[in-house]
Amino acid sequence: MAGQTLIPAGDFRTSYAADTTVFPTTTSRNAMILGIVLICFAPHVVSAYVLSLLIQIGIFGIAALGLNIVVGFTGQISIGHAAFFGFGAFTSAYLSNRFGIPVFFCIPLAGVVTAAVGLIFGLPAARLKGLYLAIATLAAQYILLDFFARAEWFTGGSVPASAEPFSIFGYMLRGDKQYFYVVLAYVVVCYLLVTNLIRSRDGRALVAVRDHYLSAEIMGINLTKYRTLSFGLAAFFAGVGGALYAHYNQVVSNEGFGIDRSIIFLAMIIIGGLGSIMGTLMGTAFMVLLPESMEWLSVALRDSPIDQFLGLKNNIAFLREMAIGVIIIVFLVFEPDGLAHRWRQIKAYWKLYPFSH
Amino acid sequence: MNTQLLIQLLVNGLVVGTLYGVVAMSFVLIYKATQVVNFAQGELLLVGAWVCWWLLTKYQVPFYLGMPITLVFMFLFGIAIQIVILRPMIGEPIISVIMVTIALSTVFSALMKWMFGVNLQPFPRIFQTQNINILGLQVQTVYLMSLAVSVAMMVGMAWFFRLSKYGLAMRATAFNQQVAQSLGISVKSVFAMAWAISATVSAVAGVVVAVVNGVSAGLSAYGVKVFPAAILGGLDSVGGAVLGGIIIGLLENVAHFLDSEYLHWGNLYEIAPFYALIIILMIKPYGLFGTKDIERV
Repeated sequence: MAGQTLIPAGDFRTSYAADTTVFPTTTSRNAMILGIVLICFAPHVVSAYVLSLLIQIGIFGIAALGLNIVVGFTGQISIGHAAFFGFGAFTSAYLSNRFGIPVFFCIPLAGVVTAAVGLIFGLPAARLKGLYLAIATLAAQYILLDFFARAEWFTGGSVPASAEPFSIFGYMLRGDKQYFYVVLAYVVVCYLLVTNLIRSRDGRALVAVRDHYLSAEIMGINLTKYRTLSFGLAAFFAGVGGALYAHYNQVVSNEGFGIDRSIIFLAMIIIGGLGSIMGTLMGTAFMVLLPESMEWLSVALRDSPIDQFLGLKNNIAFLREMAIGVIIIVFLVFEPDGLAHRWRQIKAYWKLYPFSH
Repeated sequence: MNTQLLIQLLVNGLVVGTLYGVVAMSFVLIYKATQVVNFAQGELLLVGAWVCWWLLTKYQVPFYLGMPITLVFMFLFGIAIQIVILRPMIGEPIISVIMVTIALSTVFSALMKWMFGVNLQPFPRIFQTQNINILGLQVQTVYLMSLAVSVAMMVGMAWFFRLSKYGLAMRATAFNQQVAQSLGISVKSVFAMAWAISATVSAVAGVVVAVVNGVSAGLSAYGVKVFPAAILGGLDSVGGAVLGGIIIGLLENVAHFLDSEYLHWGNLYEIAPFYALIIILMIKPYGLFGTKDIERV
């Protein structure tokens, strides 16, 4: 089956291996490889501004992927993801500053430490479900934020902690252009990891917990184990994303890890599509570009009557916030399956073209 | 040990706690009637307070007129939210419903900041005398008013649910939607009414807080404090919410007292309710009076 270039019209899969394959045809695999190769040239083609957006999409995309494991695949609700993201950022900065560990190792280490913290907060998750869990993670968000403000040895308190630039075997990477490749490598690795996780026994167990946890338990799936595991995994990816964020900005301040950031992470996976891996990346791109597009809008409308009436220029921050809220509502009401669903429909349309019905 | 400070803080705790209780009560009302966890409860307070402030300062409407107008507005506002946004979400998974209310709270708080700015605006003075001396304690008049209004609202809610026909319909809907519908209760209007009442009650609490502290975006913090209160009392118990609110209010101020007298950690009173929340969820997730959710296969 693997050698096919086009999907046959009909379902001819006869083995589990064929059913769970990542790329159904060689064309789709080649297209993906080609896409990654093409994006490698991005730093030399696009402007610095677009490059910074791409890096942000990559970093937030990794963290959002973690959230999609817990929300989209396991069906648990987490409203404290940004706190874990922040924890990863502070941990990586702390490890490299305090112990002199090379940044190359700090980033995965930060992921591991954050996963441990996630497991601690995941313990109530083992007992709770649905909205109780949502409220518990909300509490985790506030407790961790308070911890960031309090633990001066760890975060530097009100003074932002500095994070070393990324280095690999003594070679220091400088500037966005080189950092882009680091982020790209992490994105590819993380997305491959999760894609394969979902195909595995553990991944199927997570989905079973989401779809009907009582049936899953009857079938011998350990609910406590898998709920806690999904929390730990989510925290791991949040930690890795946060660490990348820290070394990208090279300073980590208390700002930007609040509940509003958590809401943006949730928005990313809802817009992209819950339980869709490529959707996560689409949703992240959407949510990174949305505030920017508000900026473009306000520039485009400068000095027009609308601008004078609403005062867009001075209120751009509120406009962004509102846009985020409105877009979440619009997607939930009109497109609850997200961009991934829309993408599948577009593909299905072209598959049957011109005989679609 | 500073007894004077402790008593002052306990009085504070009681006043703030009853307000938490009122907000938690309106939160539980929505949850019980419509099974929606409302993350935008704090923003309902905020909208109510800003509307009242706007009427009083921009149009110089006297308080006895401005307040009823605010309440009528909030009543309609609650119905509008339910019909336009929450009604299409009926039957959707819980994550979607939660996200919609979170998104609503983002939209409202941003909109309020846009319209009224981010600065704290003092509320026009309503009382002539600032303080009243009770048993040697200086108690602010607004505190007494706040306490009286809160208790009045609680009594009103109790009357509404126990004795009025509509309250009975609401309780029936909360108990079992299908049975209620088959008995001729319009579940749609019960849902809308739950939001309307909740928005109105929240607005009263919002105006009370605004009179005491002034209006600012920080008012929506009450919406977050609702969770410890409601969880402690049990998510589906109106009486429990009131008690939970009072306990959380007292806990905050006791934490503040311990912090300022002994521990000197700073900021403990803000975070203490969340530690309490985690502990409650660990040992007794259904709260003091909540219904245990027993699952049988």
